[in-house]
Amino acid sequence: MLSRVANSIYWMSRYLERAENVARFIDVNLNLTLDLGEGIRQQWEPLVSISGDLATFHQWYRGATREHVLRFLAFDLENPNSIAACLRAARENARTIREILPTELWEELNKIYLTVRGTDPDAVVDQPHDLLMRVKNGSHLIVGLAEASMSHGEGWHFAQVGRLLERADKTSRILDVKYFILLPSAAEVGTPIDLIQWSALLKSASAFQMYHRSRGRITPAQIADFLILDRTFPRSMHFCLINAERSLSEITGSPKGQGTTLAEQQLSRLGSQFDFTYVDDIIEEGLHEFIDRFQTRLNLVDDGMFDTFFAVRPLVHVGEATQERPQ
Amino acid sequence: MIEELQRRIVSSRRMQFDSYQTEAFYDEMFDPGGHPRPRARALTEKLETLSEGELQRRQKAADLTLLNMGITFSVYGHAAGTEKVWPFDLIPRIVDAAEWRSIERGLTQRIRALNLFIDDIYHDSKILRDGVVPEELIRHAQCFLPPCAGLNPPGGVWSHITGTDLVRDGDGQLYVLEDNLRCPSGVSYVLENREVMKRTFPQVFGGLSILPVEDYPERLLETLQHVAPPTRGTPTVVVLTPGIYNSAYFEHSFLAQRMGVELVEGSDLVVHDGYVCMRTTQGLERVDVIYRRIDDTFLDPQTFRPDSALGVPGLMQVYRAGRVALANAPGTGVADDKAVYAYVPQIVKYYLGEEILLPNVPTFVCWDPKQASHVIANIDKLVVKPTNESGGYGIMIGPKATADERSQCVEAIKANPRNYVAQPMLALSRVPTIVDDHLEGRHVDLRPYILYGKEIYVLPGGLTRVALRKGSLVVNSSQGGGSKDTWVLAET
Repeated sequence: MLSRVANSIYWMSRYLERAENVARFIDVNLNLTLDLGEGIRQQWEPLVSISGDLATFHQWYRGATREHVLRFLAFDLENPNSIAACLRAARENARTIREILPTELWEELNKIYLTVRGTDPDAVVDQPHDLLMRVKNGSHLIVGLAEASMSHGEGWHFAQVGRLLERADKTSRILDVKYFILLPSAAEVGTPIDLIQWSALLKSASAFQMYHRSRGRITPAQIADFLILDRTFPRSMHFCLINAERSLSEITGSPKGQGTTLAEQQLSRLGSQFDFTYVDDIIEEGLHEFIDRFQTRLNLVDDGMFDTFFAVRPLVHVGEATQERPQ
Repeated sequence: MIEELQRRIVSSRRMQFDSYQTEAFYDEMFDPGGHPRPRARALTEKLETLSEGELQRRQKAADLTLLNMGITFSVYGHAAGTEKVWPFDLIPRIVDAAEWRSIERGLTQRIRALNLFIDDIYHDSKILRDGVVPEELIRHAQCFLPPCAGLNPPGGVWSHITGTDLVRDGDGQLYVLEDNLRCPSGVSYVLENREVMKRTFPQVFGGLSILPVEDYPERLLETLQHVAPPTRGTPTVVVLTPGIYNSAYFEHSFLAQRMGVELVEGSDLVVHDGYVCMRTTQGLERVDVIYRRIDDTFLDPQTFRPDSALGVPGLMQVYRAGRVALANAPGTGVADDKAVYAYVPQIVKYYLGEEILLPNVPTFVCWDPKQASHVIANIDKLVVKPTNESGGYGIMIGPKATADERSQCVEAIKANPRNYVAQPMLALSRVPTIVDDHLEGRHVDLRPYILYGKEIYVLPGGLTRVALRKGSLVVNSSQGGGSKDTWVLAET
């Protein structure tokens, strides 16, 4: 597979996953604010913190009102992490590799993009639920189409790696932000908790039902354990790492844990750390610190992907490039 | 009951065609008396049974389908990456079996002769020495490429993919307007237009036998593999595109997808150890055939334009050594020159000893002083074209131009006569086209696609381009043109 094509499919998949996650975060938060009633301030600001764009947001908007945050996270094309911008980037990447994508997949991605682009923010700012559902369902449909109609070869595995790394990142971010708000220090473990808010955190990771089936009642430590270390829940960080590593090993042909490329080694190091960690240790060390370190390592994996598979190292120098490569 | 049904049919007939006028033009659907031509009878009957507004609803559904399918072209001069959906009109153009047979024969003859001509030009130039085509015309053709002299593409075929433009004049005669032997585009729209028709308007196909077009990519791949240099196993074919901002990018990716081959940009390819290779996640992989959709002079900065960043340095050397095949071969543009075009009837006669089957539009070559003075004297009646442009650029339409534009054109001809040809103005035939809530005639042309590998294959139908503006004769997508499905009826 062409390096350029691998790069594009990886980013197509990452951006689509990002759009889906942002849509879910907003949707869950909307639902939550309805439960909590009026008057509770600062409900919306943490949502911006999750994507790491708080500074930019405050530069552009006066006050973290529901409307401002919604515009910023869903529609603002200047914000590279907004749903609209992510879908545009996913589609632009897909457009450069249409020849390898199943036609239905391209069409579905094109349709969600056109839907969001064609939506007037003023018209949905009060009722964004349907649009957010459309984005989430569209993303699921695309993943399903890829699963069922694309050969599970190199291209598919690159899409898997992109999606799983993005998902691990997003789960870690929402856990980080919400945990900090709900439980500022380890000393407070065991004090009465706000069930509604903790449930909302689980829903943000689509984990509410599966958590209950596997862990029973809500406790902060169990939630952290489930979202970080569970090996079978598809949005837990550990699950994402295990399966990204599996796909990477399919790409290179090296058995798991024995890869020689930078990408494999970075991912393998990160994954093995999860294999031998207990949630109590994490909480004791500080959840925030743990996640911070995780994100740094995850960035190294991404760098490794670039170095190993995507970087176009010219053998002959070819004058000027004429085009910007969309990512 | 039946009476009521008939009444309804009669009233809906009024909806579709009652106000339709063929005016003084050749109409592809109706004869001058307003009766459907035999080839169009079945379709007009179906259209007449549609309920009020149904046609318009189908047209809207088709537009939406095209948008969702992302069938777009990029517009130059707009922000990078601006895509537009190419307007598609639901009423097809219909060609009957007998006429198609003669088109097919005419195109086959033409392509065979033109390939012999190009091969001759880059070798012994017998045709020039015999004085059939003036040598000076060739030497001054902008698309004549001296570095191609002596090249031997497999089988002596230079133009593997051709998209000949045909037009029908008021008297019903079909003419060849341009040969397009370089990188003709548009075939993807032929396939997608049919797809959209089938999705949105399936009932009109019922009871008709229309030749399918879907197998084009398979045949293209066969053609490309046929020209591959000797390799072990199946040759590796790629499509080379200038990139996502090229106006025909959609088509490049479409063809790569349908053939199941890689779509590459220049920077994905590299010359290594005397072969062309592509950079993959598993290292370098050899490429045997390049279906290139970039112009000749951008192919290799070491041979042609040194500022080209779209091509592959060293490519021509590998090509010359016979280690990679290019389709089309570089240098074919020499026969696309409009002054050379004027000599195609003589070219056919010279190489094949046959009279030309599909005639040229009568063409005055200004390079010849006698013809130039005729053109200047009749400037208000003629269409003047630059010899090296395509896509409808630089054309002066005498009867529609202002006095100023005409005298500017005369000056340009005097300053550089080699650069111009002139043709009479044709009354292009028309096809009914949806305009708001009714149908009006709009002018069309037809571009069939011809593949030449082991043998010559003509895709049944081709791209019907339609000038959507009332009275306009310009069908180019960049200038307000759209397209229609083209139906070639099967032999009965």
